[in-house]
Parts: sequence; C-alpha cells; structure tokens
Amino acid sequence: MSRPPIPRPHPLVELTRARLLEFLREPEAVFWVFIFPVLLAVALGIAFRTKPVEKLRVAVVRTDPAVERLAALLTGTADLTVSVVASAEATRALRSGKVDVVVEGSPEKDRRPLSVTYRYDATRPEGRAARLAVDDALQRALGRPDRLDSREERVAQPGNRYIDFLIPGLIGLNLMGSGMWGLGFAVVQARTRKLLKRFAATPMRRSHYLLSFMFSRLVGLVLEVVVVVGFGWLLFGVEVRGSILDLVMISLLGSLTFAGIGLLVAARPRTVEGVSGWMNLVQLPMWLVSGTFFSYERFPVAAHRFIRALPLTALNDALRSVINDGAPLVASWQAIAVMAVWGAVSFALALRLFRWQ
Amino acid sequence: MKLHPVAPSDPLPNPSSAGGVAARCVGLVKQYEDVVALAGVDLAVRRGECFGLLGPNGAGKTTTVEILEGLTRPDEGIVEVLGTRWGSGSEHALRERLGVQLQETQLGEKLTVEETLRLFASFFARSRPLGEIIATVELEEKRHAWVGKLSGGQKQRLALACALVSDPDLLFLDEPTTGLDPQARLKVWEVVERFRSRGGTVLLTTHYMEEAARLCDRVAIMDHGKILALDRPAALVASLGAEQIVEFRVRPDLSPEVMTGLVGVSSVVRTEGTWKLSVRRIGEALPALLAEIERQEVVLESLATHQATLEDVFVSMTGRALRDE
Repeated sequence: MSRPPIPRPHPLVELTRARLLEFLREPEAVFWVFIFPVLLAVALGIAFRTKPVEKLRVAVVRTDPAVERLAALLTGTADLTVSVVASAEATRALRSGKVDVVVEGSPEKDRRPLSVTYRYDATRPEGRAARLAVDDALQRALGRPDRLDSREERVAQPGNRYIDFLIPGLIGLNLMGSGMWGLGFAVVQARTRKLLKRFAATPMRRSHYLLSFMFSRLVGLVLEVVVVVGFGWLLFGVEVRGSILDLVMISLLGSLTFAGIGLLVAARPRTVEGVSGWMNLVQLPMWLVSGTFFSYERFPVAAHRFIRALPLTALNDALRSVINDGAPLVASWQAIAVMAVWGAVSFALALRLFRWQ
Repeated sequence: MKLHPVAPSDPLPNPSSAGGVAARCVGLVKQYEDVVALAGVDLAVRRGECFGLLGPNGAGKTTTVEILEGLTRPDEGIVEVLGTRWGSGSEHALRERLGVQLQETQLGEKLTVEETLRLFASFFARSRPLGEIIATVELEEKRHAWVGKLSGGQKQRLALACALVSDPDLLFLDEPTTGLDPQARLKVWEVVERFRSRGGTVLLTTHYMEEAARLCDRVAIMDHGKILALDRPAALVASLGAEQIVEFRVRPDLSPEVMTGLVGVSSVVRTEGTWKLSVRRIGEALPALLAEIERQEVVLESLATHQATLEDVFVSMTGRALRDE
C-alpha cells in the first residue's frame, strides 16, 4: 500500500489543542474557572470594602445642668457623636452596643473640680477608643496643655486593604481548583469512556498525553490570571506592584504544580465520584489553612512550618510577595522550591501509577 | 470437526516461516478473579484474510482480541502479531501498523469529526489524508459536526476511521456493529470491505452470524473461552450435514425419541419447547414430520424452515442460541 507522506502534526500539539477545545466547549467549566472567581471577588470585595470612618458614640447621663456643659464641650470634637440621656437608658444603650462609652459627671461642689466616671466595655476596641477620645477631648477643653506637637496623617490607600490581600489568594485558589478539577475530571472521564484504553492502543507516547494536560493548563492559566488581576485592578484598584513577568512565572509554576497534583489524584480512580472525593480531600485543608481568605498567621506558630510546606500556601505567599509587596522573584525562593518539588514529584508518580484502562 | 491451524503443542514458527500469518496465538489462558475468560485458545490469522470470532457475550472474544492488541496480558500462552511479540521492546513500531476499534470507546463528544481524526492521525508516523479517510467512511457531511451529535452508526464509522487513519496492515474490530440498525450495519460492512480491497487483514468479533458469514473468510466459533470450531463459514454450515432447518412447536409436547428416527433428519435440538431439526432432504423429511405429528395426535402450533446458517452450527454445538435475546 502506498502512503503519500503528509506533514505530520505533533501529537503533543494536537493533544493539547483537543484538550483546550473540549474545555472551552464546556460551558460549566468555563463558568467555574472564569466567572466564579470574579463573582467571589465581587462579593468579598463588597463585604470587606473600606468604610468611611465611623464616629464613636458617647452618651452623657443627664443629672444636672453642669452636665450639659460636658456635652457642650464634647460636641465640637470630630469623630464623636454625643447624646444626652437618662441613666437607665444609657445603661441599656451601652449593653446593646448602641453607644461606646457612657459619661457620668458629678457637679462642682465646694470648689472641688468637676469629676466624671467613664463606663464602657473594655473588651470592645470601640469602647476603649471612645473612652480615650472622650477623656482627651474633655481634658483639652478644660485647659490641659499639649506638651508634644503632633500631627496626624490618615492612611487608606490601595495596597493594605482586605481586597489587596484577597486578590492574590483568589488567583492561587483558582489555579489550584482549575488545575485539579479540570484535569481530574477530564482524565477520569476519558478512563470511564475507555478513551484512555483506545489511546493506549495507538503508538501515542503516554508521557505526551499527560504533558498535554500540563500544557493546556498553561493556556488556561493566562486567561484565569488575566481575568482576576484585571478585574481587581478595574473595580478595586488592586495593583501589581512587582514585575508582571514575575507574576507570570509564579502563576506558571503554580499552575504546573497543581496540574501535576491533579494528574496524580486522577491516576487511579475509575469513576468521577471516586476522583471527586480525593480531590476534595486534597484541596479542603488548603482551602482552610493556606491563607486564601485570611492570613495563616492566625494559626499557632508551631503549625506554620507545615502550612508553608503546602503548595497552595507557597503559591499564595509568592503571589502576594509580587503583587502586594512588589518583591523580586528571589525573595520567594522557598515558596518556589516547595511548588517545584510538589509538581515534579506528583508528575513523576502520576506517570508511574497511571491506570490506562 | 475442529480444525486448529496449529496444534496446541506446536511451537511458534520462526518469523521467516510466519510470512503468511498476520497474527497468531497458542494456548492462551486468561482468568479474571474466579471467572475463566480463556481456557486455551489457539488461532492464526492469515495475511489478507478477514478472520471472525463468533460467539455469545462472555465467550472470550474480547479478551482474545485485547490480548492480540497488546492491551491485556495473558496468564499463559504465546502471542505473535505481524511477526512481533508483545513485550519484546518493539511495541511502538508494532502499534504503528495496527488499527484498533474497541467495543465501548466513546470518543470526545465536544470535538468534531475532523478534529478527532486529526488527533488520532498525529499519533502515527504515517497517516492517510483526512479527506480521504472521511470519504471512506462516508462522513463528508459531518466533517465539522461534534461527535456528540452523530448517530450511533456515524459514531461507529468514525471509530472505524480512527482505526483506519494510519492505513494499518492489521485491523482489529471488536463487535463493530453491535446495537446498530441494519442499514447502519451495512455501511460499516462496506467500510470493512473497502479496507480489505486495499489488501488489509481483519480480525473481527461478532455475535451476528450474518456479519460473520458476509465478511469473514474464516470463522472461529467460541464459547466459554474455547474455540469449538474453525473453518470457512460455508464449510462450518456444511459440517452440520444439513441444508435446511425445520423449527416447530407442538401441543402437547413430544418425546425426543420420536423425532430422531424420522427419515432425512440428521440432528435434533429442543430448546424451551421449540424443536429444531437439521434436515438433509426437506422434500422427504417434511411430509414424514407432518405424518408423525398427525399419528401422535398432537396440535402443530407453528412451523418454519430456513437455510442452515452459522447460528444453527452454534446451536447444534452448544444447545444454546448465539444471542440470548
């Protein structure tokens, strides 16, 4: 039989292309990878947006005319809302958190100066702040001189808000989720549909098949990172302070790492249900401890070393280092090493353990 | 009756003398947990022929084919495909020359016909032009349709196209037409015949005797992991010693001895109240049968006759129908 030679497309290119086409033609997958993180960022961004400075609320107990003077002294002070109420009502308001501090004054008697009692909940930061602010305002108004010349500068700029903390975490979480779910489902589905077996009957190199998943993730990752970063920048003014190239490199590595872990998790299971369980088992701890929504510094110090050895923690840390701190790549060398090890070991194991039928 | 191409004790011939053989196996044994899938299978597929494995579900057809395809390892036995043994280190080169269609593969639903074929073509060092292969399986109009939108017959022809895209020397087809309507089945047969006209060798499994009779040069009848008979379809039918099969039912039922003595009847099988007589001379046998029914004073419920087929060969060998439907 004569075989006319035709230009041969590379199997790795074709496998990657097929994988991407299948992904993009799956509306649900596109939603979870591109739309969902944006919605999540919107919701959290709104919930934790920077609010205007709230005034501290002061209740002055109505006892006698001298007290009216106290209220007058406080009224001119910025950041305080002053009300004059009866004693019982003041107690009630304090208990329910409607006021932060209650001021009860005793009138001047026998040349003794005015004296006041502050009632507040010391476990509430607002209570302590209100007590200090009220005392300061009263002392100054009654003539206490300031010994120190002080000025104040109020800071609320992009870079130290919750949304600035959140955006890199969402990128990390997204890279983990799409790497693992995207690959895990596709692989197990191909296994249940006997497609893997069919591929195994061709001269296709098995490493090409697994590598095509890694490569398809690289294309997906560009879109995912661009969507979240672009969105954070447009809506919340979240800036990338470091180099874009560094951000690209870290995202790339993170994406490959989770593609490797995803392949490993999907190496054996025969059913989509089976692989889902394993995926959740692997991802859930990292959702909780890896510092996506809140800093892992809140966990005991003894646990930090283990938390930092998790791939998602490493990715989040490296992303924040570039996006928030504007640090160079070398500053994240430990995180980079953690990701590289996870990715390489997982991929090598996946290749060995992979079940083709 | 049993015509083994090689006796079980026969050592594999050296590759130079295997020129006429595309694939062969000797003494295949395969056990899955407590089920014996193959209990010693010997067969040889000659170059250029279409070889059929005919048998009911669970007979061991798929296991045999998958062992030949190098997808399953036998517990015992020797396998040689195109002069190469699996595990000899040259699997990759061997796979370049094989076309495979598996029984239950579902191709990616969100890829088009052309994309699927291009993907499969990329695995092989050499491949036929996609347009040509699409024309071969008559899917020109569906070239840009998603696989998920194809009918069962079209999907099956695409699976065939994926197996043929590399222009293989040896084509394995595992139940290529199961579940297809007669028209779709015919189209698949035409594709197989076109491949054969190019000089290709085919090994197919089926439980449709019409399929085996139409496509295959030689057929091995399998049951319970063994080959019961192996010959040309016509020779297998001839081995029944009958030209016609007479099927009938009577009420109340008769005892078997009554029938065996009838003139012109070479064998008798009764399954679930239906009698099947293998008959050499229908002109003598049928009047004798009717006379006997009258004499026994039973009521004839139904009676039909047909040309003897491979199905009848299977029934006469196992006492069961090929398809338990």
